[in-house]
Amino acid sequence: MSDRQHPDGGSVAVPATDPPSDLSGALGASDLSGAVITSETRGPRGPGRGRLASWFKGGQGSWKVAIFLLPGIFILGVLVVYPILFTLVRSFYSAHGDQFVGISNYQAMFTSADTLTSIKNNVIWVVVAPAIVAALGLVFAVLTERVPWATAFKVAVFVPMAISFLSSGVIWRLVYQDDPRLGLANAALVGVSKVFQPPGPYPTARPSRPDVLVSDAQAYVTAADYRAGSTAQLGLVAVPPRLIPSDAVQAVAASTEAGSIGGTVWVDFAVGGTGTSGVIDPGELGLPGVKVEVLSDAGDVIGSTKTGPDGTFAITGIEAGSYKVGLADSNFRPAWGGILWLGPALITPSIIISYIWIWAGFAMVLIGAGLAAIPRDVLEAARVDGAGEWQVFRRITGPLLAPLLLVVLVTLLINVLKIFDLILVIPPGSVLADANVIALEMWQVSFGGGQDQGLGSALAILLFILVLPAMAFNLRRFRAEQ
Amino acid sequence: MRIGRTTIVLLLAALLLVVVGCSGGTTTTTTAAGGETTASAAPETSTTSAPDLSGQTMEVAAVWSGAEQDNFQKVIDAFQEQTGVKVTYTSTGDQIATILGTRLQGGSPPDVAVLPQPGLMYSLADQGALQPLTDVIGMEMDANFAPVWKDLGTHEGTQYGLVFKAANKSTFWYNMGVFSDAGVTPPTTWDELLAAADTIQRFGVPPFSVAGADGWTLTDWFENVYLRTAGGEKYDQLTTLEIPWTDPSVTTALEQLAKIWGSDAMLSGGATGALQTDFPTSVVNAFTTPPKAAMVYEGDFVAGVIGSETQATLGTGADFFDFPSINGSPASVVGGGDMAVLMKDSDAGKAFMKFLATPEAATIWAALGGFSSPNKNVDPSVYPDDITRRAATALATAEVVRFDMSDLEPPAFGGTPGKGEWKLLQDFLSNSSDISGIQKQLQDAAAAAASGS
Repeated sequence: MSDRQHPDGGSVAVPATDPPSDLSGALGASDLSGAVITSETRGPRGPGRGRLASWFKGGQGSWKVAIFLLPGIFILGVLVVYPILFTLVRSFYSAHGDQFVGISNYQAMFTSADTLTSIKNNVIWVVVAPAIVAALGLVFAVLTERVPWATAFKVAVFVPMAISFLSSGVIWRLVYQDDPRLGLANAALVGVSKVFQPPGPYPTARPSRPDVLVSDAQAYVTAADYRAGSTAQLGLVAVPPRLIPSDAVQAVAASTEAGSIGGTVWVDFAVGGTGTSGVIDPGELGLPGVKVEVLSDAGDVIGSTKTGPDGTFAITGIEAGSYKVGLADSNFRPAWGGILWLGPALITPSIIISYIWIWAGFAMVLIGAGLAAIPRDVLEAARVDGAGEWQVFRRITGPLLAPLLLVVLVTLLINVLKIFDLILVIPPGSVLADANVIALEMWQVSFGGGQDQGLGSALAILLFILVLPAMAFNLRRFRAEQ
Repeated sequence: MRIGRTTIVLLLAALLLVVVGCSGGTTTTTTAAGGETTASAAPETSTTSAPDLSGQTMEVAAVWSGAEQDNFQKVIDAFQEQTGVKVTYTSTGDQIATILGTRLQGGSPPDVAVLPQPGLMYSLADQGALQPLTDVIGMEMDANFAPVWKDLGTHEGTQYGLVFKAANKSTFWYNMGVFSDAGVTPPTTWDELLAAADTIQRFGVPPFSVAGADGWTLTDWFENVYLRTAGGEKYDQLTTLEIPWTDPSVTTALEQLAKIWGSDAMLSGGATGALQTDFPTSVVNAFTTPPKAAMVYEGDFVAGVIGSETQATLGTGADFFDFPSINGSPASVVGGGDMAVLMKDSDAGKAFMKFLATPEAATIWAALGGFSSPNKNVDPSVYPDDITRRAATALATAEVVRFDMSDLEPPAFGGTPGKGEWKLLQDFLSNSSDISGIQKQLQDAAAAAASGS
């Protein structure tokens, strides 16, 4: 058993995975089964070659071997080998499986925009998710060695692993809800933003006559010019009744006064929509608290005031000349609605965050076990020699952990390639296509509506081929570590 | 050799185990078949409306669960009482296609299944898994159902399905408080609807809540507008792709739809918000306090959501009006329905189908609520409340009734989240300016799905 050392030449192995060599000879059965598995995957070069040969020669005990192996081979054959082969064959047949169609399923697969989106998303997942999870796991593992209450922290980070993916998906779908009253993420963001930029009193209001009040960014400015002594009638609509202050009363036309520009801002809506647009009809309320400005030709604010309960305002001290009347944007500034987490642009990052939430604990525990296994005396020696904590981490902990990190990364990689549940649950139907990945596309095409199991099988084969290198890598590692 | 002999014994034992394991399935089938034989050998005493079939057993599989299952059980109970047949009910949930497929392969389908989509019935009929119903319930069918319902259950000239439970998918549900505060009344024409919507948005409430996150609600919108602008004949032709989606009649319908979908002021949350809204939320939007919308379009099942998810009371806070007529179109309803089919040639199964076709069976569930019967001989007075009665009556008396188009189309086009018609109508909701572009994409997707299946 000379191949026990790491291929990278390092002499350090995680001790737990290295069984005492004197036992391996005694465990005849396990040795034998190992031999057969090796023969499947690596051919007769493996360590158990001799036994295998003697089995083929019909030596003593060969029947025993066969009997012990039969159930395992049977189960593997029925549940693993047969489905793979059947899927491969099925991928060359039509939707209902009654017609041989050659490679046309593969052609359809690679020309469909849906598959290309799925592949693109899978690439994003593979590049981003395992790296972040492993990095976070490493940080958590290192930190928990140093903080008090480490166990509580570990439990908190690990608990998401105990929740099923489907439930986690539902939780995150709720967290990401667009409406800040429902979604936790937006509730937090909106709560903070309100402190810095309070919304205006009438965010949805707009002019009843767009020809009288012209939109200017979020503010509105009159199209016509006004002089001292004239009045403006500025009607607004789409003011939800609950936003109209209770002191609002029937709107009235403002009286004209020399040296001032006056007017009325009112809710230009009578029940049933019966009133005339731009005219103060009976039953239409004044809109109190609207900030009105008089603007010079250059756009400078000459004076400003707020409307009263009947909607009237008067800005005094106006000199000769022509002015415009504007309603300040602070009246209409909408409450910031938060981030559209589940929109087409952010959907994949959003789901990746939820994935990290679930898996960071897994990485932390594995890496933590690896850390615990690092010989303390090496670390002590380094510290005695004057190495700082960062140096200890970079020169000793890091290299000693590298093989384990690689295993964590590859395991996560395989897991991420097969990601399915979160994508099925989190995105609303309208952005599902933007979030799609190969595993979900395969399911949708074959069962979730498409019922085209030929194309679905082709996608399954694609996924299988993508997972193969990672699987092979992991198998080699395991064998190398044995 | 001693070892060899032991091994052989062990091997034999293992083999035996395998054989027993395999025959487990076979045994069940034989018993089932045996039971069936005794069943059909049972006395064929009479074929009157209530034959005595006591001692026989049968199985019904349907999508209904929860309250619907309880109500259907009452129908089953009445049948058991009349005939003495022992009926087992299996609830399949959403997986009915998979479950029936597996049961058929295993050789033990249920006697009667209730299918949610005609498409599933067609594919089962093509597989030869269904029994023709003409000799079983031919008379009841003609006496109790309008031809449109008979046609729905007919595939290639043979009747296989009986629509037992129907849904009216042409109803607009509105917040009565918002309507009266804004001073509008339920519209009867499309122009009145648009005018009312304009008034409501000037009043300060977004008029429509659209569940854009769920593609199926958008296909229902389209189907209602299309049935009214293009008529029943074109509707049938578009369903089977006799006319393409690029047809001018589709353009007209999409132009009408764009009058609502294309304006952010018309939609609660604008188009972006609508695309994030799923169906239950869209209903809540219209009946929450303060209301985020004045009305929501969907089928008669909205009543159930209003009851369970909101504080609004049907009749005083929430009501519905029929999907308005467009350019003088006749009273039209887009309907859905659950279709009973006979999967075994058993006397008990036949008797049960016959029973389902009677007004009596429909009346039992109708009185319990949450049920519209297409059976024209069901007395409207049995419905428990005015709203159910109006929805059911509109369904039974409409001049033009068509089944939900997306349920008739291949599921790859009309029934998959994020694909086909669902996705493209979502794209149209998000940007309704490029009508001809969407039509072309719809046609491409429909053609691809049609050739794929």
